[in-house]
Amino acid sequence: MKKAESNIVKILESWLIERLPASDWHWLEKRLNLIRDNNADRDLVITLGLIPRKLARADLSLTQQELATANTLHSGWEPTDWSIGTTARILALRLRSEFDEGSFGALFSNLCKTADLSESIALYSGVFLYPDSEMLDYQIGEGLRTNIKAVFETIAHKNPYPCDKFDQNRWNHMVLKALFIDSSLTPIVGLDQRANAELATMLVDYAHERWAAKRAVSAQLWRCVGPFAQGRMLDDLAKVAGSQNLMERQSAVLALSQSPDENAKKIIADHPELAIKISSGMLTWDQIHM
Amino acid sequence: MMLIDPHTHMISRTTDDYEAMAASGIVALIEPAFWLGQPRTNVGSYIDYLSSIVGFERFRAGQFGIRHYCTVGLNSKEANNEELAEAVMDILPGFALKEGVVAIGEIGYDEQTELEDRYFRQQLELAKELELPVMVHTPHRDKKRGTSRSMDVCEEHGLDPSMIVIDHNNEETVKEVLDRGYWAAFSIYPSTKMGNSRMVDILEQYGAKNIIVDSACDWGISEPLGVAKTAKLALERGIPKEMVRLACYQNALSAYGQSGQMKESDWLNPEPIDQRTIYEGNSILRGGREPLVEDLSVRRNANNNIIE
Repeated sequence: MKKAESNIVKILESWLIERLPASDWHWLEKRLNLIRDNNADRDLVITLGLIPRKLARADLSLTQQELATANTLHSGWEPTDWSIGTTARILALRLRSEFDEGSFGALFSNLCKTADLSESIALYSGVFLYPDSEMLDYQIGEGLRTNIKAVFETIAHKNPYPCDKFDQNRWNHMVLKALFIDSSLTPIVGLDQRANAELATMLVDYAHERWAAKRAVSAQLWRCVGPFAQGRMLDDLAKVAGSQNLMERQSAVLALSQSPDENAKKIIADHPELAIKISSGMLTWDQIHM
Repeated sequence: MMLIDPHTHMISRTTDDYEAMAASGIVALIEPAFWLGQPRTNVGSYIDYLSSIVGFERFRAGQFGIRHYCTVGLNSKEANNEELAEAVMDILPGFALKEGVVAIGEIGYDEQTELEDRYFRQQLELAKELELPVMVHTPHRDKKRGTSRSMDVCEEHGLDPSMIVIDHNNEETVKEVLDRGYWAAFSIYPSTKMGNSRMVDILEQYGAKNIIVDSACDWGISEPLGVAKTAKLALERGIPKEMVRLACYQNALSAYGQSGQMKESDWLNPEPIDQRTIYEGNSILRGGREPLVEDLSVRRNANNNIIE
């Protein structure tokens, strides 16, 4: 008796059925049935390899309704950047993982080691949908160490795995690396929820390094500093609040508005227009770009 | 003029080379799997190397607006390590289906040993099964006979010459290769394989049908602008533009495009998915700058001494 397939499998299938020409879906269904019937790694590997050769390269482009359903099935699941090919590959992987949870981590790790770019993106995009294992977790660490921005962002952006599973050290280094490689912090799931004092210290040190080198500091950096900003960190925020650049000023006052330090209020008082926009909800971190 | 360099070992080259190639008109290049300059001692090195040319190098090229493709294969030198060769043959089919793999290659003979012959034949069979073109490396020594033999073996295995590029030709081999219906590639590699003035002589004598120019630049003293400098010299010497386009662009695209993995739209009209991930777009194609063969000495000297 085979286990009943999960709602995740069903929803992934429904997205593809909705979008693929019938002949393409029939091809994929045949390949998925091979995986269902034989549970052989060879069938999975060939299916993953053939997907971009058989299916058109296109974005998945889910409707608002479909996106809402995804978020209900797994909190933080935001497949707005998924392509058809990525979705088909994740469906095949998820299906395989449901039949044999125990061996999936090792298989996943091996697939990552020989993956091309679009495969890497598919493999890491779906990590929160696979059974937890030490191997899976280790391999995600390897993915974070990549030099390829798109692969890093596949893990860091719109992916609930880091927020759900990373320990504080790995979380902090992911946020710092995002800034380091000019990647945005805004799409990180759980960015505010996982903010912590140690990260705030690391980020302020990083800002000082950038200033010493006469390089720009991302306005987004202060988002993770604000809730822990006190003492000398307020001097840094006061400096940024006096910047020529409006977005930098906005970010500093936003951060100050979250500070637990009473002295923050004094600095905010020098920026009444921004303070009003923040208290009325007209200015939020979502408006602070790279 | 848009150019393609269909034989480059970018894993051994610097970012300066990528910049200069993009500035001189290279829109796409092909990185054949090859020998690293010293022997690999185990299949793990091979796996990492092949992963690198299907992954990281493709990404690196994309940052300079150059589309990167590759070929996978067991090279002739390492075919002589039987234990390694057997293990590589096991992993090749998986890599041959990766995105951007346009051929099995570079494969063929070095010293024309029995083992080289065995794995050359096995890889020809693999190419036939997967319907992929083949890039044949012809030997440096005993070249003329080695080239003829390579084609004999391809025909023995029933491969269509139109799917096969015979590489590293010279004045002595070109006629037979063209007469037998193969693509004839030339590597503009200083001091050893072919110089660009000799290359223009060949274009004058044979025309450009089925002729492909590449640089084969690698870890040796070689020239990543080999294709660009040949195109420029050919035009200066009065070779018609259409012939230069065939030899330095279109023929490579026609030959390796038979894999289904390499299309002109990849650089002229890239998918948004690609632009988000691996390809930054080519500055020449975005307009503005005229392609030029840049003088690298301008950048590469200590007088230009500010590093930011």
